[in-house]
Amino acid sequence: MRFLPSPRRLLAVYVILYVAILYFPVLLLPVFSFNDSATPKLPLVGFTFRWYESLAGNAAMQGAAWNSLIVGVSAAVLSTVLGICAARAITRHRFRGKGPASALIMAPLILPEIIIAISLLVVLLGLGLQLSLVTVILGHLLICLPYSVTVLVSGFEGFDPSMEEASRDLGETSFGTLRRVTLPMLAPSIVSSLLVTFTISLDEFILAFFLSGTEPTLPVYIWGQLRFAAKLPNVLSLGSILIAASLVLLTAAEIFRRRAERKMELRP
Amino acid sequence: MRSFRSQQDPECGIVTTGIPGQIEELNLDPSAPILPVQRTGRESISRFLRSETGKGWLTISPPLLYAMLLLIGPIIVIVANSFWSQDYLTIDRTFTLENYRAALTEPIYRDLLMRSLFISVTVAFVTVVLAYPIAWFVSFYGGRYKGLWLFIITVPFWSGYLLRILSWKVILGYKGVLNTGLMHLGVITEPLSSLIYNVNAVIITLAHSWAAFAILPLFVSLEKLDRSLLEAAADLGDGPVRRFLRITLPLTIPGIIAALMIVMIPTVGDYVTPKLVGGKDGVMIANAIQVQFGRASNWPLGAALAVSTMIIVSLVAGTIVLALAGLKRLLK
Repeated sequence: MRFLPSPRRLLAVYVILYVAILYFPVLLLPVFSFNDSATPKLPLVGFTFRWYESLAGNAAMQGAAWNSLIVGVSAAVLSTVLGICAARAITRHRFRGKGPASALIMAPLILPEIIIAISLLVVLLGLGLQLSLVTVILGHLLICLPYSVTVLVSGFEGFDPSMEEASRDLGETSFGTLRRVTLPMLAPSIVSSLLVTFTISLDEFILAFFLSGTEPTLPVYIWGQLRFAAKLPNVLSLGSILIAASLVLLTAAEIFRRRAERKMELRP
Repeated sequence: MRSFRSQQDPECGIVTTGIPGQIEELNLDPSAPILPVQRTGRESISRFLRSETGKGWLTISPPLLYAMLLLIGPIIVIVANSFWSQDYLTIDRTFTLENYRAALTEPIYRDLLMRSLFISVTVAFVTVVLAYPIAWFVSFYGGRYKGLWLFIITVPFWSGYLLRILSWKVILGYKGVLNTGLMHLGVITEPLSSLIYNVNAVIITLAHSWAAFAILPLFVSLEKLDRSLLEAAADLGDGPVRRFLRITLPLTIPGIIAALMIVMIPTVGDYVTPKLVGGKDGVMIANAIQVQFGRASNWPLGAALAVSTMIIVSLVAGTIVLALAGLKRLLK
């Protein structure tokens, strides 16, 4: 009986296994992006930078990267601004219909993306709009908004509304209060929201695939390259860069989110 | 009808429908029957805007209007489209149920719908069963590092949706990592062709993709669980299995339901996974919808497929919720 592991130890083994499997596919791409072989297979044959080097002169890829940057920054800024409105209303006001209103804003989180994509496509084309980066931004804004709201709601909950009241009582205008009290208190949450939504936009494929027209974002560009087996190593190196960028951005977002939480602990 | 749905705001005594765009219109309506005091429109609007309800609606209106214009509006258009028909390049707007007949009775669409439902329900249950112990571990043994654990577990979910699926294609492919690895080790001599391009490959890939997302609602409901109940049960002589079945499981059913829904509903419409690892046997309904909006260019049929999918997945979701609620009563 002594040899049987305790349930707690079994659980620990399970957790380690689970996390390892979770990360395995994510870390596999970078491994093969350095492998000196045109197809990803075992055993590994040798180390090379050439798949990364060939990205350097790739104008189409750089165009897609530029598009992704434009879309990501726009979606992040707009969704954070709208997110501040929503989070403020949710945390600072009591009003009839708040539940349904916030549920509607959060709905894109649970809807299949293909449904959002085709309905936007039909409406935008019906309005006579050309598909462009703008239409991608409109779509990304919709799916980024729930994440902004989540991050910012905890930001608003993290500081005492009486600070805003005090500022107004001391003679600041509404705008002055916003600029000198609310926004500085919210700053870590705002940065966190910007980083998270930028990452989501950078990563998003389905909406961009349906709404991007002739200007691909990076995931749409990668999708196009998957048709050519010979381009796979380049896709792996580009994908590895994207994953690394996402990890860095998300870690930064998490650090800022924690900073916001720590502010909350300072509350009296 | 209006007076039935309207409610009187106690603070400013004006009529609100709960829809911000309609407030102004209603107040300006001189025949509005239940206004207690006749005021000029401008006065009651400014009163409304100063009330708590008015401030709330005003603050939430930019994101709310955006969601209405770009989510509810387009979904209404899609539903309308599903009752029309495609006449070569134009859309014939006479009402027809033909698209729904095709979507629900033609074998190809019926099979795709059933397969998509089967895949999404399976993925949801597999994900939740596998994630439950992890959520348990983080909630009970996470200590100061709960936040860090959640971050570590959810990060793969946030990064590289397309790339993770591609990675599974690289792993499971005929000349992929698993096959070449096993051959290198001498376990097999011929590559296994059963790894990819079937329903199993789709389920594995989706379950991996959504694993992290299921953790969050489970974790939240485990956090809410009152630990003293477990201690009380232990003091009264219940063993760990009995404690789990009679306390932890029933009290975390809301979290289980949320986790199932948050995985099941989005996965039913997944497009990339069946396309990359599903092959001919793993095609799902989203692929058929995409064809109607792309090559086949039959928007009304595509719309009817999309609407049918959403209605059927909602019905299945409702059934699962009812079944689990029944289970909860049974366990208690």
